[in-house]
Amino acid sequence: MSKVQRPLSPHLQVYKPQLTSAMSIMHRMTGLFLSLGLLIFVYWLFAVAKSLHVADEIIGFVDTPLGCTFLYLWVFAFCYHLCNGIRHLFWDVGKGFSIDSVYRSGYVVLIVASLLTVMLYLLSQ
Amino acid sequence: MAEFRLPKNSKILKGKHHQAKDASNSMTFKVYRWSPDDDNNPRTDTYEVDMDTCGPMVLDALIKIKDEMDSTLTFRRSCREGICGSCAMNINGTNTLACTASIKKMKGKEIAIYPLPHMDVVKDLVPDLSHFYAQYASIKPWMQTDSVPLPDKERLQSIEDREKLDGLYECILCACCQTSCPSYWWNGDRYLGPAVLLQAYRWLADSRDEYTGERLEDLEDPFKVYRCHTIMNCTNTCPKGLNPGKAIGEIKKMIAERHLL
Repeated sequence: MSKVQRPLSPHLQVYKPQLTSAMSIMHRMTGLFLSLGLLIFVYWLFAVAKSLHVADEIIGFVDTPLGCTFLYLWVFAFCYHLCNGIRHLFWDVGKGFSIDSVYRSGYVVLIVASLLTVMLYLLSQ
Repeated sequence: MAEFRLPKNSKILKGKHHQAKDASNSMTFKVYRWSPDDDNNPRTDTYEVDMDTCGPMVLDALIKIKDEMDSTLTFRRSCREGICGSCAMNINGTNTLACTASIKKMKGKEIAIYPLPHMDVVKDLVPDLSHFYAQYASIKPWMQTDSVPLPDKERLQSIEDREKLDGLYECILCACCQTSCPSYWWNGDRYLGPAVLLQAYRWLADSRDEYTGERLEDLEDPFKVYRCHTIMNCTNTCPKGLNPGKAIGEIKKMIAERHLL
């Protein structure tokens, strides 16, 4: 056969989103987002310790609607990453691999993470 | 680095439409087409198939299209009963065997059919599986022993030990799970993938095999096993109802336990 440039068959373009894969990529994205938020948090701690002006500005930003959304997205990311991390620990000891349990634990993680976020929001009010 | 978009030569264009002749009850099949004989990009052709004269499975429709409407359509098929694994393809967004996928159970008015995802296409619905087979060979899928069995006896196995192979030996290597795994899409060159790892575990779990240590040593590497992030698309899509995700979990456990002992 001559050297033909074979095409790559479509993947993300055609594969139907699954709860399994969606939650997996969400785990990674929340992890990234947590690191980003942590940088800001550490920067704020540093500013407080040095009693810099920036510390007040960061608190001021969190009080705006945009800043508040950002903060609670971060809180949700934390709750989701925590719950899904526990789900991963179960898998690591070989438990919960049947498709039924994968879906059940998946929904539990989504619900518990949302409830925790709401709870933390109410507690902070 | 993972490339999420399709390369230029793989972008899918709109193709031809084939009308069914006076059919009152028809179903539309959107099928991926690509031929190495010209320089065109892949395209999707649509075929309206008369359901009154068509068999119940997606494979029946493909055979009918090839037989009556367009003889250039190319796909693999053999047993037509879910045991050979030849007709694995992406049907309505998930991988399965065309011969066991019931048309009636599909939702919607159109059934979209693509080759197994993220593979080099040989023609139409036929993907190049050589790399997959090479990976399978790399895990030495045969019994390895040092001991010599008695000449008049087979290697015996207790009922309990034999049961450990249930859910593993049934794998037909159709590559549905392998090509449903995003990790395999991005790292398929070095990550072994769910199907090959399920096979690797099939030999690790076999009480008669005497090379468990060597097998685990071969697998322990940042890519071969550990690109599995328990995404579980594999188990979700397996047309035989097997659990490659669990098999990989067991391998990870065996490797961890080996370091503790």
